[in-house]
Amino acid sequence: MSEHAAVAGAKPHAAHEVHHEELGFWRKYVFSVDHKVIGIQYGITGLLFLFFGFSLMMLMRWQLAYPTTPLPLLGSLLGETRMPGGTMLPEFYNELGAMHGTIMVFLGVVPLAVGGFGNFVLPLQIGAPDMAFPRLNMASYWFFFLGGVTMLGSFFVPGGAAQSGWTSYAPLSVIAGTGQTWWLVGMIFLITSSLLGAVNFITTTIQLRAKGLTFMRFPFFVWAQFVTAFLLLLAFPPLEAAGVMQLMDRVAGSSFFLPTGLVVSGQIVSNAGGGNALLWQHLFWFLAHPEVYVLILPAMGIVAEIIANNTRKPLWGYRSMVYSLVFLGFMSFIVWAHHMFMTGMGTAMAAFFQTTTMIISIPSVVILTALIISLWGGSIRFNTPMLFALGFLPMFGIGGLTGLPLGLNVADIPLHDTYYVIGHFHYVVAPGTIFALFAGVYYWFPKATGRRMNETLGVIHFIGSFICMNVIFMPMFWLGMAGVSRRLFDGGAGYDFAQPVLHLNVVSSWGAWTLALFQLPFIFNFFWSIWKGAETDQNPWHATTLEWAAPSPPPHGNFLQVPQAYRGPYEYSVPGTPKDFVPQFEA
Amino acid sequence: MEIPYTVELRRDTGLNNGKIGIWLFLASEVMLFGALFASYILIRTGSPSWPRGDSILNVPLATFNTIVLISSSVTMVMAWASLMRNRFGTFRLYMAATVLLGGVFLVVKYFEYSHKFHDHLFPSTNNFLAIYFTLTGLHMLHVMGGMAVNAYFWGPGAKLWKTDPAWFTNRVENSGLFWHFVDLVWIFLFPTLYLL
Repeated sequence: MSEHAAVAGAKPHAAHEVHHEELGFWRKYVFSVDHKVIGIQYGITGLLFLFFGFSLMMLMRWQLAYPTTPLPLLGSLLGETRMPGGTMLPEFYNELGAMHGTIMVFLGVVPLAVGGFGNFVLPLQIGAPDMAFPRLNMASYWFFFLGGVTMLGSFFVPGGAAQSGWTSYAPLSVIAGTGQTWWLVGMIFLITSSLLGAVNFITTTIQLRAKGLTFMRFPFFVWAQFVTAFLLLLAFPPLEAAGVMQLMDRVAGSSFFLPTGLVVSGQIVSNAGGGNALLWQHLFWFLAHPEVYVLILPAMGIVAEIIANNTRKPLWGYRSMVYSLVFLGFMSFIVWAHHMFMTGMGTAMAAFFQTTTMIISIPSVVILTALIISLWGGSIRFNTPMLFALGFLPMFGIGGLTGLPLGLNVADIPLHDTYYVIGHFHYVVAPGTIFALFAGVYYWFPKATGRRMNETLGVIHFIGSFICMNVIFMPMFWLGMAGVSRRLFDGGAGYDFAQPVLHLNVVSSWGAWTLALFQLPFIFNFFWSIWKGAETDQNPWHATTLEWAAPSPPPHGNFLQVPQAYRGPYEYSVPGTPKDFVPQFEA
Repeated sequence: MEIPYTVELRRDTGLNNGKIGIWLFLASEVMLFGALFASYILIRTGSPSWPRGDSILNVPLATFNTIVLISSSVTMVMAWASLMRNRFGTFRLYMAATVLLGGVFLVVKYFEYSHKFHDHLFPSTNNFLAIYFTLTGLHMLHVMGGMAVNAYFWGPGAKLWKTDPAWFTNRVENSGLFWHFVDLVWIFLFPTLYLL
């Protein structure tokens, strides 16, 4: 249709091709349209939110380990409405819980994994000069930023931030205080941001890949981001719809999620009724299960890159990994109600969703197995990124395998509301995804800055974090199997049956606080290396993918010559070649 | 620095960036309205009684509005087709008509809404009205968004026609795709809410 137009437009377009100008400070570093700057903005904001979300959890861990004991020093600073005399109020505990989940998922891990690494690495890996829509990309970051500010601001409204869990289950969330409205508005900003990002990622991947870079020559990371973008594109809008309906319920007095005859504090609520509380859960989990894969797929992508690079071997079963990834993405849309076995939605529904859940575990196992087999017979370089990538494998393995009993209706019912679930998904996301993200920071740091991070500090960071993560989350499986509910503000102290396992709460808490100490070497290393790290050339890891063809750090527009892909992504240790790697970009 | 395939088509995909972008955006919009329609079905099937739309809502007005929106889709296509034929003057006329018809739709909607409020019919009255206000309200926001973009291409955005007519034509085409989508949503909304 627009072919005539395209031909007509080709000429004036080519005329003003090379036109570089120096941008001012604000356009260069703050309101930048360069995908690398935006990626770093996302990355740093994401890291800050991760640390903030972790701090909320450290406060909660005090309450769980030493219920109703005043918190020394910090406790009195948080004010009479939150911690009178240093003792935590249940309402504040609920605030911390809801906001820890929200911040970690929507403001920490996803922005870092997708906004940060996706933005910075994906265009480089496909040999593109930038994203397809640079200004949308900037808008995406600033919507995310607004969402973050809204979420942070909600701590200071009367009644505090949202208290109904990161899932915001209705009807509790509908009758909750003002903080919940802020949560909904913040979520709408975040959804807008991820929508713009997803459109941009998919278009960029399809349109801007370098000459010769066919889909089956993509690095696995590109595939992971590509599938993730589809999940964000299609799974988030139903939550937006649900958010709009909850906002209507709260602001305009409608009853989408309020059933007839709802009783709150002994009084029948005076709404029209006729709503359905389960509807919220369906819409929420329709997003939030694909969201689990949004958290994990980019992590798998990062780990795959680093494993191939540091074993000096091609990935084992690249094609089956890609097919598994696509299948995983598709299946993630039809497993959501396995989060809802406890709701009494009916056995027919449960039977369907436990079947799809068992099916979706197959591609995950295929990918994990392929990554483990990739190690076989490699001459492994144990540098910091590789240590974190290797740490990811067993941690994600534990997280995944402990999920199997939860996928089955019958086994889920005794476990679902206990700490077992907390242990399960934190193994997937915390020592799983977050380790992969750390691996990515260490791995691509030389590309972003031209300098390497310090190895010794990196190894201390890894070993300390690895031990602490297990100290935190392993005891939760025992707590859970002993039947301790995950929703108690005293960690189970009020129940006789929980007494024999309560000491595990203390172990877990000290693990969390020690974990914070082991992040200090990382924080120091990160800033120190920006200015003082060892300088590197453009390909310090002797890697094969296209991002290493660009200078470090890459200039605006990325490549000095237009790159081209001549072969698959992981041509390591090819017999008969002089080096142990043959980059994609070398003819 | 130039982003490739902003205007010209990539050989192997046969598309430019904007075309893929707008279709992806529309896919997500389908999921947004799809979730609301699904919620409508769930809430309606779960209710012991549900009013017929025409017993509360004004069907003749909505029929008029349907005709208005469909006409605006026609003028939208004519606006784009004028650009393809290099007739910038007729483009301006058709684009103005498209924006104005959107305005007519909004005015009619305003009368419908204020009539409901006058009769003390609010989203809090019952879930039929709640879903009616939510769906039509969200649709109205989309109409406003489409009008804003079209007005921009009629006014200040039209400067691009002088420097890069092909790019401008593509932009109008993409804006048109969104406009048709908004029209299509109404064509589903109208029978669902007013007639069933």
